[in-house]
Amino acid sequence: MSLTEGSARYAGSRVARVEDARLLTGHGTYVDDIQRPGMLHACFVRSPFARARIEQIDASAALALPGVHAVFTAQDLNPGVHELSFTAWRGVPDSQRPPLAEGEARFVGDPVAMVIAVDRYVAEDAAELVDVEYEALPAVVDYATAHETDALVWDEWAGNLLGRTNGRPVDDLAPIFESAHLVVDETIHQQAYVAVPMETRGSIVEWDGSELTIWASTQTPHDFRMFAARLLGIPEHSVRVIARDTGGAFGQKVNPHREDMCLYLAARKVPAPIKFVEDRRENLMASQSRHEHGRVRMAFDADGTILAASIDSVQDVGAYPIPWPVGSGSAVGALFPGGYRFSDATFDCRFMLSNTPGRTAYRGPWQFETVAREVTLDIAARRLGVDPVELRRRNLLRRDELPFVNGNGMPLTDMTPLETFEMAVDMLGYDAFRREQAEARAAGRYLGVGTASYVEPTASAMPFYGSEGATIRIEPSGVVNVYLAGGSAGNSLETTAVQLTADALGVDISMVHTIQGDTALTPFGAGTGGSRSGPMVAGAIRETAAVLRERIAAIAAHTLEAAAEDIVLEDGKAMVKGSPANALTYAQIADIAYFKAGKLPPDIPAGLEASARFRAEAPNVWANATHVCTCEVDVETGHVRLLRYIVAEDCGPMINPNVVEGQIAGGTVQGIGGALLEHFSWDEDGNPTATTFVDYLLPTSTEVPTIEYGHMEGSPGPGPGGYKGVGEGGAIGAPPAVVNAVNDALAPLGVTVTRLPADPAHIVSLLQQADAGEDRS
Amino acid sequence: MDDHQIEVEVNGVARRDSVPARLTLADFLRTRCGLTGTHLGCEHGVCGACTVMLDGDAVRACLVYAVQADGAQVTTVEGLGGPDGELSTVQQAFRDHHGLQCGFCTPGFVVTTEALLRDNPDPTDDEIRVGLSGNVCRCTGYQGILAAVRAAADQLPEVTR
Repeated sequence: MSLTEGSARYAGSRVARVEDARLLTGHGTYVDDIQRPGMLHACFVRSPFARARIEQIDASAALALPGVHAVFTAQDLNPGVHELSFTAWRGVPDSQRPPLAEGEARFVGDPVAMVIAVDRYVAEDAAELVDVEYEALPAVVDYATAHETDALVWDEWAGNLLGRTNGRPVDDLAPIFESAHLVVDETIHQQAYVAVPMETRGSIVEWDGSELTIWASTQTPHDFRMFAARLLGIPEHSVRVIARDTGGAFGQKVNPHREDMCLYLAARKVPAPIKFVEDRRENLMASQSRHEHGRVRMAFDADGTILAASIDSVQDVGAYPIPWPVGSGSAVGALFPGGYRFSDATFDCRFMLSNTPGRTAYRGPWQFETVAREVTLDIAARRLGVDPVELRRRNLLRRDELPFVNGNGMPLTDMTPLETFEMAVDMLGYDAFRREQAEARAAGRYLGVGTASYVEPTASAMPFYGSEGATIRIEPSGVVNVYLAGGSAGNSLETTAVQLTADALGVDISMVHTIQGDTALTPFGAGTGGSRSGPMVAGAIRETAAVLRERIAAIAAHTLEAAAEDIVLEDGKAMVKGSPANALTYAQIADIAYFKAGKLPPDIPAGLEASARFRAEAPNVWANATHVCTCEVDVETGHVRLLRYIVAEDCGPMINPNVVEGQIAGGTVQGIGGALLEHFSWDEDGNPTATTFVDYLLPTSTEVPTIEYGHMEGSPGPGPGGYKGVGEGGAIGAPPAVVNAVNDALAPLGVTVTRLPADPAHIVSLLQQADAGEDRS
Repeated sequence: MDDHQIEVEVNGVARRDSVPARLTLADFLRTRCGLTGTHLGCEHGVCGACTVMLDGDAVRACLVYAVQADGAQVTTVEGLGGPDGELSTVQQAFRDHHGLQCGFCTPGFVVTTEALLRDNPDPTDDEIRVGLSGNVCRCTGYQGILAAVRAAADQLPEVTR
């Protein structure tokens, strides 16, 4: 143990969560739980057309309803926009994003007017009374053909193309593809499915004449503040964002949406606080994610070595993507080679506007690269006549081969792709499963096994995300408060902070409390997202605690007449090495620091409070995992039953295994939903057809398997503690593992699912086509 | 719209109120009684976040009108703990087994579990899964919840609630 760094006592252990006491007893504080004096309620009038000219809005009947305070349209609110930009993407060639639809409505659900009334019931009544005259226009419903149609979502974006990014020229790879033993050329389609936090989005705004207070359901309180300040053209310190409990987010709450913008703009026009909380239908219609397809080409030699690969990916970004989708979406190309040992690759990513809900970040926003690659690899294995596990064994990188620059330029470091894969396959008992599968097939049952392996860049050092601050205050009584930006939405970030701070200062965990989520109290931070919080918060606490440790040691050394380097900090005491009776408690040290300044060493400031920032030490902290899934497919009904589900992952040393496993399980089950159940769909006119939980099917306790975990902690990351991010990975690995298991089960019948979800109707239709000898895919 | 007089016992305390016919029990509990532990996740009876006990039955408070609770006893998540605020066996089991993350669905799961284990004190694992299948959680993947309910079931016969 050095003077500036504590030792691990709580890190690595299954510490009980500090959040739970309030959440289990109904005392959490989500946005909708907050009441403000005189608070009014907002409801939005939304377009029933996918694309329509807004001819006229008559609000007179709504305004005549008792209890209605205001009805705002684009003319009222939109001119108040000073600057509309997302911090991480300022200055990019972004698409248009008016708070209320202006002139034209661009998807079913597009907000065209905002009603403010005494309560939500009256606001909804009034919204019904707002008379909007539309002239329907031809809509761009299908993103895949959006480049061929004359209709434009935005006149400014020719061909409905918002952006396009490429790797090296595909012709570079032609000689490899031409001379390869096998080239697999498959197009994989992923349906739209969405984040679906159990708490919908919502905010309360309150303008007091000089300060705007926003109670938000958000992953990024400080970024919401910056966004609102820029939007309104007021100083950042005139906006305060408060987020106590957030009921799930998964990327959907990283950025303010258009309804939030309307609230910020309306706050100064209404002399009372305003609350807006979406209903579930609004939440399901508000945004989309995952909707994309990609043509994958992979070249192999005769023994299954991957020689080269390319992906042409096309994403649906809807009408109003939030934020700019091109940046994180291009990671589909960059990450497509995964953790495999080949250096020749390229990509082409296109981002297509359509008259559908705007694309929003969702847990592993580039996840399609893993879906496309892993499903294609299983198809390739069948064509090569090689077992899919053997194919991966031959191609996955070993730890000792890193660093390795993948074919699209990503520098992979500090991972265990092959070792983690072997752990997962071993946990299954792969050979035994193959025997069980053969016996089942002989008995007319269809069992399958699928794997999916991915590598993930966590804790990005990109400018906005590349540093994180902490303030630690040892109070006059000797107890500890750690202040962090926060943004926890079920991520257990309070528990994580308390564990790490207790270790960093050498105090009992019961001595530490944390304050997060209030921009008026906490240091700036980029919030939760991109699997960054674990590594970044660990860094922030380490840097800040180091300052305090030195100060505590100096005070103790001065008081105990010892050398500072001989002071040991543990058990809430500063003691002289080898002489534990010669010690001061933190309470005694705090007493000196705050109240007996005359007893301080001359160069030590009064008080025991420090702020510092951690700066990311590597461009990314790489994590990796392998998912293994087994299933049985009922070939009569098309129903898929999952049998075993294994996730082996290398997220470095774990801060809290309960939290790690909770994140993995939650992400995995979302991915299972995406593979088998969830489908946010539209009809040919762009009307959404899954806007309730009766139509949009989420996994429940009867669908999910027991998840088995393998923790490969052998390859620590480059940052503090070696910690890596783990928030998103489950949602990345699960869909292809499940689809591969289904395809393995159905292989004897000549059926391959390449279009998700693998729901019963789709499987039955593929089985029927195969039966009829038709083309199958 | 005329209001209706109702008298409801909420977590053991009688309350008289005057409510519009269309006010849901969930909104009554949240806005009139200030009991915000009952959460609204879908408002169409699927997600179970708003589950409360109405005369002992687990019901979705978004699908019940406050006027329908006239003369009834309602128990919400706030009413499950001990008199000094200690967690119930079920609540403690959720805490011990990482049965919650964001906590938004949690009150519904806890109330559902209380009713489930009261009606079936010795459930099989499958009965637990089926018993919880009307509640949706988006964070935990149900792993910790299933473990918590199993543990609570194994423990409950030995304790008096």
